Amino acid sequence: MITFDRVSKRYAEGHEALSEISVEIRQDELVFLTGHSGAGKSTLLRLIMLIECPSRGQLIVDGQNLAKIGARGIPGHRRNIGVVFQNHQLLFDRSVYHNVALPLVIAGYEQREIGRRVRAALDKVGLLAKERALPITLSGGEQQRVGIARAVVARPRILLADEPTGNLDPALSAEIMQLFEAFNQVGVTVLIASHDLALISRLRHRILTLRDGRLVSSRA
Amino acid sequence: MSAAAESKTRREGASASRARLRHRFNAWLNHHRLSAADSLARVLDNPVSSLLTWLVIGIALALPAALDVALDNARQLSDKWDSPAQLSLFLTATASAEQAREFHRELQERPDIAVVVLVSREEALAEFSLLSGFADVLDSLDSNPLPDLLLVTPAPEAGPLAALQQELSTDPRVAEAVLDMAWLERLNTLMELSRRMVLALGGVLVAGVVLILGNTIRLAIESRREEIVVIKLVGGSNGFVRRPFLYTGLWYGVGGGFFAALLVAAALWFLGEPVARLAELYQSSFELGGLGMMGSLNLVVLGGLLGLAGAWLAVSRHLRRITPR
Repeated sequence: MITFDRVSKRYAEGHEALSEISVEIRQDELVFLTGHSGAGKSTLLRLIMLIECPSRGQLIVDGQNLAKIGARGIPGHRRNIGVVFQNHQLLFDRSVYHNVALPLVIAGYEQREIGRRVRAALDKVGLLAKERALPITLSGGEQQRVGIARAVVARPRILLADEPTGNLDPALSAEIMQLFEAFNQVGVTVLIASHDLALISRLRHRILTLRDGRLVSSRA
Repeated sequence: MSAAAESKTRREGASASRARLRHRFNAWLNHHRLSAADSLARVLDNPVSSLLTWLVIGIALALPAALDVALDNARQLSDKWDSPAQLSLFLTATASAEQAREFHRELQERPDIAVVVLVSREEALAEFSLLSGFADVLDSLDSNPLPDLLLVTPAPEAGPLAALQQELSTDPRVAEAVLDMAWLERLNTLMELSRRMVLALGGVLVAGVVLILGNTIRLAIESRREEIVVIKLVGGSNGFVRRPFLYTGLWYGVGGGFFAALLVAAALWFLGEPVARLAELYQSSFELGGLGMMGSLNLVVLGGLLGLAGAWLAVSRHLRRITPR
């Protein structure tokens, strides 16, 4: 589903964030990405989302070589990927419902269909009762779950998460991880960047470890 | 695959792609509706700042519009004066005083002529020497250089004066038939000059409106920067991001055009009474003309177009620069 073939990323100021990454993530997989901060976890996710382009190497996502996607194709590419951000990236001037509905509005669904899907997604993350609330009134864990609902509402084939449990206590973190596992079980490819080794090593999934931009281990 | 099966698949493929196209068109239309409504709500949510924007645009548009209306009125007035009331017939130098008197009588009997005044060459010379102060010079001349002159005032129901001029100039006794047009030409030139000045002023103010709106939209973009980033992150296209701002520009422009029409109407109402009194004093039935329904509508449409132009200016300059970091 996601194939890195000797991918490197060097920033304009000369810092090499990723070097010679080669890895393949299958469609039915849930994979953790770990490493110290600055190891290149976020950069790797940003390459998949086409926020950045690789300096060298090939990156193929869902059968598409990302180098072949022009500026006009980027929005369409991003619509196929659900992303959970570390800082949630919620819009604080609108309700939980409208935050979650955003990808569907962009994709052009009808109001009725949007309502159905948004409520289904909110139900899945256990926030159905809060659809009218403003994000600012929610706790950190709840905000994160709103972000997850938004990431999955358009039923993407790939789900990326950047430190989704960053500021949560262990119980909440485990709950969030269970959510990701549930999505993986219905066929979504999931890639989660996290430095919470204690948590992710308890879950039985492949872990990719980055150190200074290099892939140092890939174990199940 | 058999030919029939192949054509069936192709048909299905075509209808599926038509359905996709229809879905995309509906989605596009939906988002236009949504953006238009959402932008209008945002404009109305800040009544004070929106009102100020509308007034600024309204005043900028009202100024050239009002001048244009004034010019239209002046043109209407001057159209009534388009025909000079008098035709001057200079007779040939060979025409005798007797012939001149004869011609005078002839003309006076015509139904399309109201009054004819004969100014004989002697009278003309006397008047000229009196008025010009060249009496000594004129006295030293051997003969009178001035011709006899007939001043013809046509009957009110007569046809165009130019036709009469044409006809009378062919008479062998007439050396020249002159319509006194000089002052009219001056007036027309003055009108043309004013028209151009209004046009230039209008151009400058229109450019100003576009820039004002561009700046307003730029501020709107800045204040929604985070939202734009999030929309781009979850796959919103540039068109999707652009749409609400274009509609914001449209609403500001349309509101501005509306206020401009209102201001012009108010100014005309304010001037209407004294103008009517003035016209009465001149025994004229002149009435101040306004923008009218179409003119007001044009002003609103023009405002909307300028709003779009300003928004487009801001959006094309600033949206591209906002990318997820």
